[in-house]
Amino acid sequence: MTLAEHLRVHGELPQRRPQELIGAIERSGLRGRGGADFPTATKLRAVAAGRRPSAVVVNGSETEPASAKDRLLLTRLPHLVLDGAMVAARLVGAEEVIVKVGESAVGSLQALEGALAVRHDDPVPVRVVAAPEGYVAGEESAVVQFLNGGPELPTFVPPRPFQRGYRRRPTLIQNPETLAQVALVARFGERWYRELGTAADPGSALVTISGAVAAPGVYEMAFGTSMADLLDAAGGPTERMRALLVGGYFGTWVDASQIMRLRLSREELRSVGCTLGSGVLIVLAESSCGLHETARVIDYLAEQSAGQCGPCVHGLRAVADGVAALAAGRRNGNVERVTRWAAEIRGRGACHHPDGAVRFVMSALSVFAQEIEHHRRHPCGAQPAGLPLGRASVRRSGREDGSGRARERRTAKPLRLR
Amino acid sequence: MSRRLRVNPIACEAHGLCAELLPELIRLDDWGYPIIDVAEVPPELVGLAERAVDACPTLALLLEEDTAAPLARPGGSPPLTG
Repeated sequence: MTLAEHLRVHGELPQRRPQELIGAIERSGLRGRGGADFPTATKLRAVAAGRRPSAVVVNGSETEPASAKDRLLLTRLPHLVLDGAMVAARLVGAEEVIVKVGESAVGSLQALEGALAVRHDDPVPVRVVAAPEGYVAGEESAVVQFLNGGPELPTFVPPRPFQRGYRRRPTLIQNPETLAQVALVARFGERWYRELGTAADPGSALVTISGAVAAPGVYEMAFGTSMADLLDAAGGPTERMRALLVGGYFGTWVDASQIMRLRLSREELRSVGCTLGSGVLIVLAESSCGLHETARVIDYLAEQSAGQCGPCVHGLRAVADGVAALAAGRRNGNVERVTRWAAEIRGRGACHHPDGAVRFVMSALSVFAQEIEHHRRHPCGAQPAGLPLGRASVRRSGREDGSGRARERRTAKPLRLR
Repeated sequence: MSRRLRVNPIACEAHGLCAELLPELIRLDDWGYPIIDVAEVPPELVGLAERAVDACPTLALLLEEDTAAPLARPGGSPPLTG
């Protein structure tokens, strides 16, 4: 969307008083969309309270292979994201905005370059930084270390970036979707944001749906939408479903029968051991093998360890080998041993990479217990559906017609995210 | 005022002295890296804990004041990302 289109669809960005605007964001209930789901207003206040915040960092790393929402936003709506970053910079008192993306995000880099060329009224300077990619490169301390001139690897915390980050000063790091929502709340207010969703889970989220659905892609979904409606928005399942992976590789597996009666709600997802995380949803068909998929992914996650912490380096490799043994039905496949290592690794890395990987594996051992049993006796005939590793496999991004139940109640206002 | 043990896992190179000096609180995993079984150090072991901290060749073992602040612990809740 060009700047002219952006202003036509979204309107001008009003200048509200910072305290007023942070209050509006707080009342909107907006939470971070990068995976941690942290209340945005709380984070803004924490950085604003610091001494001389240095920067607002738009964390466009998007290292979940099956996620495509951030590059969609940066490519199609760079002005909205930049507006949000400018709002945030004003709210926390930062001196600059830095947009960080992966080196291969050519579309985003081009769109950002084009957008910046026509923006002349931004209160602080913006620069775009492209960094080497890797699963842990999007972790906030890794982003900070990279911006400070080091490798894109996590560091030991505290201090956290909001305390001491870029240039050793308080730094606000936000996901592009979060900032896009900030830009919209700044324009339209908290009541507008809360028109979608439920009282407990207001608003909407960008969800990247892939796997065994007819129309994989990025969809804006109001919280409270039923999982059935959510999958229908993506064209519906192409065959009988075995399980869903909710939250990407940092998320958890859940049996299809368990989740399909639920809605997109934090409480309901929690009841089946899931959180939406960065909005990645992968549908696994019955004809696929969840155990083989899990083995491939945990092998990838083990390879993607930053290599800095013994428990992660050694532990994830052992867990990955253990899951591979289970998938191959080898006699030395041992669920108890994998479970013990998993329990021991938790919390002992500098970042949460091992925690996420372990949680992912434990959910697989639970959901695919039958497959584990079966593999002991019979080799698996199912071909791996091929969960993506390293790059998203989403073929379509965004819906051209702007339809979807999520927007029906808001046709009077400009479309939020197109 | 209580003290808590914490390992900087990036600095740690599995020398294992901490577990040797403080087996009541620390043991080693299958790869020789420390697991802090009991983070809050009982008063009678604080002296030994301080010796273990001094003994670590990479300064990876930390003895910190227990601020009871959730943000202070890695792996604790909630991470400020996203």
